[in-house]
Amino acid sequence: MSTTERELKARLEIMGGLGAEDEAGLNPARMSLRNLDFFYGATQALKGINLDFPDRQVTGLIGPSGCGKSTLLRVLNRMYDLYPGQRATGEVLMDGENIIAPDVDLNDLRSRVGMVFQKPTPFPMSIYDNIAFGVKLHERLGKSAMDERVEWSLTRAALWGEVKDRLSASAMGLSGGQQQRLCIARTIAVRPEVILLDEPTSALDPISTLKVEELMDELKQDFTIAIVTHNLQQAARCADQVAFFYLGELIEVGTAARMFTAPKVQRTQEYITGRFG
Amino acid sequence: MSATITAPRHPGPAKDLRVARRLGQRRHRTNFVVEALCVVATLVGLFFLASILLTLLWLGFGGLSLSVFTRITLPPGSHGGLLNAIVGSLIQTALGTLIGTPIGLLVGTYLAEYSRGSALGDAVRFVSDVLLSAPSILIGLFIYVLVVRPSGGFSGIAGCIALAVIVIPIVVRTTEDMLRLIPVSLREAAMALGAPRWKMILFVCYRAARDGIVTGILLAVARIAGETAPLLFTSLGNLNWSVSLGKPMASLPVTIYQYAGSAFADWVQLAWVAALLITVGVLAINIAARTLLRGRH
Repeated sequence: MSTTERELKARLEIMGGLGAEDEAGLNPARMSLRNLDFFYGATQALKGINLDFPDRQVTGLIGPSGCGKSTLLRVLNRMYDLYPGQRATGEVLMDGENIIAPDVDLNDLRSRVGMVFQKPTPFPMSIYDNIAFGVKLHERLGKSAMDERVEWSLTRAALWGEVKDRLSASAMGLSGGQQQRLCIARTIAVRPEVILLDEPTSALDPISTLKVEELMDELKQDFTIAIVTHNLQQAARCADQVAFFYLGELIEVGTAARMFTAPKVQRTQEYITGRFG
Repeated sequence: MSATITAPRHPGPAKDLRVARRLGQRRHRTNFVVEALCVVATLVGLFFLASILLTLLWLGFGGLSLSVFTRITLPPGSHGGLLNAIVGSLIQTALGTLIGTPIGLLVGTYLAEYSRGSALGDAVRFVSDVLLSAPSILIGLFIYVLVVRPSGGFSGIAGCIALAVIVIPIVVRTTEDMLRLIPVSLREAAMALGAPRWKMILFVCYRAARDGIVTGILLAVARIAGETAPLLFTSLGNLNWSVSLGKPMASLPVTIYQYAGSAFADWVQLAWVAALLITVGVLAINIAARTLLRGRH
């Protein structure tokens, strides 16, 4: 079975499960969680999650601290695998493949599912090398092709104009907002299918936050995005689909417009109106 | 509408300003006494350091001449120099560092990156720490039994190995400490791009920890440059010119040991010069190490 066939089959399977009227405007799923459980040792942090991430759209994960939203993000690129004692059961389907199966090549998976963290994490090397580091892990490019890729990713991350004259300068000298956009550029330079953003603007000033938010709008033309955020306005501004988590459970999911105007579950309503959390 | 300002209410009796002032005075007195003690302690330390350095300069500088660097150690009264000892020290220090550093780096990397929670890791760390504070004469004896006796005689290479054994635990400790200082977020960022673990360590962690690791290596160099005991049983010392690693080799510390206690005035003079040379060299390395460490932070 070819990749396209497999993809088509997977999508059809997933689409069959949808169909509620409030999912109008959401694309077919790029990633799907089926009965996902997650454990830190003996503590269960996620309970039976079923959730689709629509292709080339932004899914906002919201909920009070400790509700499991960051944990969920770290399942999607198997970050939890670095730590013994953490494990996930169930299915995370991507192109019809269960990516939490033990035989999945993690380095390959992480080139398809990129991640940007809460605090900017530039590597202690030049701006150019920060981008090239990730690319070199997965591709052999000549000098000019690499130059092109660096320019492309920095342009996509809205940083090219600010750094094009100092690509060989240390990335540590950039401002916090620039560093975070560099991290986004570094992630998209690997050309992933999905980008995970873990509270990417919580350490940034309002102007930088705005830039990153504008960037998300631009990036979703090519990438499927999942963003964890504590900022409900941000979720309302950026997300197409919003999922509300509480105590490790997915309480409610729907289009952003519907979730913020007509939440169906009492608890969702309490959270988005600021009554708890 | 007028707002009324009421005094904030606190539990307990009202604050007594005289008590507060008395407590403040006591704090100032205690501060003065402790500060004075600190200054005195510092001065005592500095006094001995300055006195050693000044004596060295006073007695060593007088004997400095070109022949110290151009002539080898000769019998008393024949205007010998220190050339063979200087070259021997350079060779043994350099080779000792070259042998010890890679081993120390690898062990330190294992301890910081791979040994998490393993019994082997704990055992290695413990042994390395013991080695760090082991008397260096024991290391000399150890190499004597392990290398010198089986190989049939004292040799420069045995001296290098003894010095390498001293280098290893120093480099292990600084490498492990520096790698552990690297934030988890930086490691996760590298792994999230799809980097295998070894590439993350090699290209991200080593780079982030580079200054600290280099400082550790320089401190190890400074330490072995002045070691005498491990060389006494290994490279022994050599009054003749020899750069052969298979034969006994001269070194500055051993020359000081031999000359300083002798009855000949010119030998004693040369011992002071040798001591000055080592001290200046070690000082330079230490300053380099500290500048490097301070440079980035």
